[in-house]
Amino acid sequence: MTQPTGAVCPIPLSRYPSVVMAHGGGGRLMRDLIEQVFVRAFAPNRGGHLHDATVLNAPGTRLAMTTDGFVVRPLFFPGSDIGELAVFGTVNDLAMSGARPMFLSVSFILEEGLPIETLERVVGSMSHAADSVGVSIVTGDTKVVEKGRCEGLYIATAGVGVVEHGLSIGPGEVRAGDAVIVSGDIGRHGIAVMGVREGFVFETEIRSDCAPLWSPIRALLEAGLEVHCLRDLTRGGLASALVEIAESAGVSIAIDEARIPVIEPVRAACEILGYDPLHVANEGRFVAFLPGDQAATAVDILRDVEVSSGACLIGSVGSGDIGEVLMETVGGVRPVDMLSGEQLPRIC
Amino acid sequence: MCLAVPGKVIRIAEPQGPNVSPLMRTGSVDFGGVVKDVNLAYVPDVKIGDYVVVHVGFAISTMDETEAQEVFEYLRQMEEAGDLGPDVPTSEASMLPHGAPSATAATQ
Amino acid sequence: MRFVDEYRRAEDARRLAGRIRQIVRSPWTIMEICGGQTHSIVRFGIDQLLPEEINLVHGPGCPVCVTPIEMIDRSIAIAMRPEVMLCSFGDMLRVPGSSKDLMAAKAAGADVRMVYSPLDAVELARSNPDREVVFFAVGFETTAPANAGAVEMARVSGISNFSLLVSHVLVPPAIEAILGAPDRAVNGFLAAGHVCTVTGCVEYEPIAERYKVPIVVTGFEPLDIVQGILMCVEQLERGTHEVQNQYARAVRYEGNPTATALVNRVFEVVDRKWRGIGVIPMSGLRLREEYAVYDAERRFDVAAVAADESPDCISGLVLQGLKRPHECPAFGTACTPERPLGATMVSSEGACAAYYRYRRRPTH
Repeated sequence: MTQPTGAVCPIPLSRYPSVVMAHGGGGRLMRDLIEQVFVRAFAPNRGGHLHDATVLNAPGTRLAMTTDGFVVRPLFFPGSDIGELAVFGTVNDLAMSGARPMFLSVSFILEEGLPIETLERVVGSMSHAADSVGVSIVTGDTKVVEKGRCEGLYIATAGVGVVEHGLSIGPGEVRAGDAVIVSGDIGRHGIAVMGVREGFVFETEIRSDCAPLWSPIRALLEAGLEVHCLRDLTRGGLASALVEIAESAGVSIAIDEARIPVIEPVRAACEILGYDPLHVANEGRFVAFLPGDQAATAVDILRDVEVSSGACLIGSVGSGDIGEVLMETVGGVRPVDMLSGEQLPRIC
Repeated sequence: MCLAVPGKVIRIAEPQGPNVSPLMRTGSVDFGGVVKDVNLAYVPDVKIGDYVVVHVGFAISTMDETEAQEVFEYLRQMEEAGDLGPDVPTSEASMLPHGAPSATAATQ
Repeated sequence: MRFVDEYRRAEDARRLAGRIRQIVRSPWTIMEICGGQTHSIVRFGIDQLLPEEINLVHGPGCPVCVTPIEMIDRSIAIAMRPEVMLCSFGDMLRVPGSSKDLMAAKAAGADVRMVYSPLDAVELARSNPDREVVFFAVGFETTAPANAGAVEMARVSGISNFSLLVSHVLVPPAIEAILGAPDRAVNGFLAAGHVCTVTGCVEYEPIAERYKVPIVVTGFEPLDIVQGILMCVEQLERGTHEVQNQYARAVRYEGNPTATALVNRVFEVVDRKWRGIGVIPMSGLRLREEYAVYDAERRFDVAAVAADESPDCISGLVLQGLKRPHECPAFGTACTPERPLGATMVSSEGACAAYYRYRRRPTH
């Protein structure tokens, strides 16, 4: 560990096992934290600098930008952690516009007392995730708050990507007759996190489906498919994504419950809690809307990519102009709605 | 009332030690791949491999596998009889499941 | 999931429903009295399978919905005490009291914890000896053994910082209240399957006899509910009024004697007020004198606030099956799950909430 020079008490960083208020003070201690934790992880081979702002050289002229915040508890859960979630979550927002993710900024709110080792684990995970997708974390910020003011750490991000296709992708492009495809089974992330919090033991551990989604999107675009709309499924689950699109586009969407993939332990956990799998959070799944006659091709292409290997056609866009989602179930058709607030487990 | 879910008993822990009560008998129940600890005090005769119905952490009943087949047996008979005839059923073709007591029958 | 999936096959449900269509000759009103059955019917669209002659109505089968407003207020008052950790099932947390719900109390600083089992609350009491842990014990007969078990567990374990705020209700008196009402329209009942795993079917016999209504103890999956309705319609068409057990795979006619023994040792039957209906005699449970030390109402001196329901809320009529949710002028407009006027819209088992989520327009 480098010893800072000067008349201050020369305690090496390695002797601070946890974050102290001074790490957010803007002084040497903060700079040391940045150099030894963040730069080391995010920019080891890029001249070792993270500035307040970075000028980016981006090919092409259509850019997509997004921002997001990550406050998940616990910080580490089966299959992922807050760091990986922050990178993939941001990347996925960009991917849903059909944009190739390129640059990320990250802002950390650290709680006094957070072990540096924990921070290093999170940051290492972010670095690994960024490398796996080919994005660069180019700038960042750090703040420290007193113990009790945040739960360990919060991460806020912004992401920039390049749009290299000529399509317009969004709810406004959705048409009657479009196929609705989901990229895989739903509900893993929410149940994985809930399982840790509530002490469920799974025979086969339920791992969060947190994953980057640019590869399958790129595959669809490169195949020349006419993608109309994409939406990643996060909080609020499949239901919220479909309802938002239906209302935003002013279309009716019809789905078939029997076609919606849910793995058995997730279904069982939902039964026990009284949850509806349609409302459970995901982190590595998306829905795609494209012309009905391209559906079969799209499903084949998606199934060839690992993260969307469970893709299937679940429904279609109807000809009605009321923004609603209807689902074929055991006895007939019923409306699907968004969650009103939080999903609460029930006893009845 | 009442969300209760069926699961298979895979482990039973008899309480040990000086100050025990049958109330402390617990076990592990497998619900389609989710395993949870469940209080088994109210199903004293349950064995490993039995299915129980669990409500808020307590097993309140065991599943009778024979009775569980009844409705499928009935559906099979419906199919054999040729489903959709116009006649009102006689009492022989009654929907009463096998062995289900009625108020007028002798008490079980 | 075994004993679940096989009872959800659409084809089988439709075939059973076809049988109802075959045999029905007259219009019948059948009431189910279980929030879980309401939820299942609306979620799986089961009423869409039924012929027009069958009018399915929902009764007061949601213990969350029928918890009196002053009990909510009492739970909030107890939760606001600094030494108290108030534990509750999830669906109680957003039921409105006079001015707020337990979620709002939590946001205001009360220590409110969501638990899945009363045993979780006992465990919290064991690991937090310096706090007073109070469990909001709401439920029908299905949940009474769990609550009785929790109190008994605390007693034999020597845990004294644990108490129950009891708001337990019983089903048969509610059925009698509905059947005894002068304008009752109900011809037959589906009794709640899980309640009967505990109580058995016997106590429904005098009701079936006195009021001449068929009562079918029914499960919760689509096949169960359609078969239960089928059995009820059969009886109605031939003019019988027996108690039948559709849910025989889980319900023994005599119930669960071990469970009822402990419930009877810990609790006694008292009059209870049902939100939206009023006082029904001998329809609730209270901790017996020997267990008084575990009774939060006796342990904490909380002044009860006399609360008025919103004048626009017709929960009471909905709970008695006299009105359907979409017949309420406030349904979906002034009263939604985000801004509920009454408990039937808040509780995920409440008829209004179920209709709002899964219906929002009448099917007949």
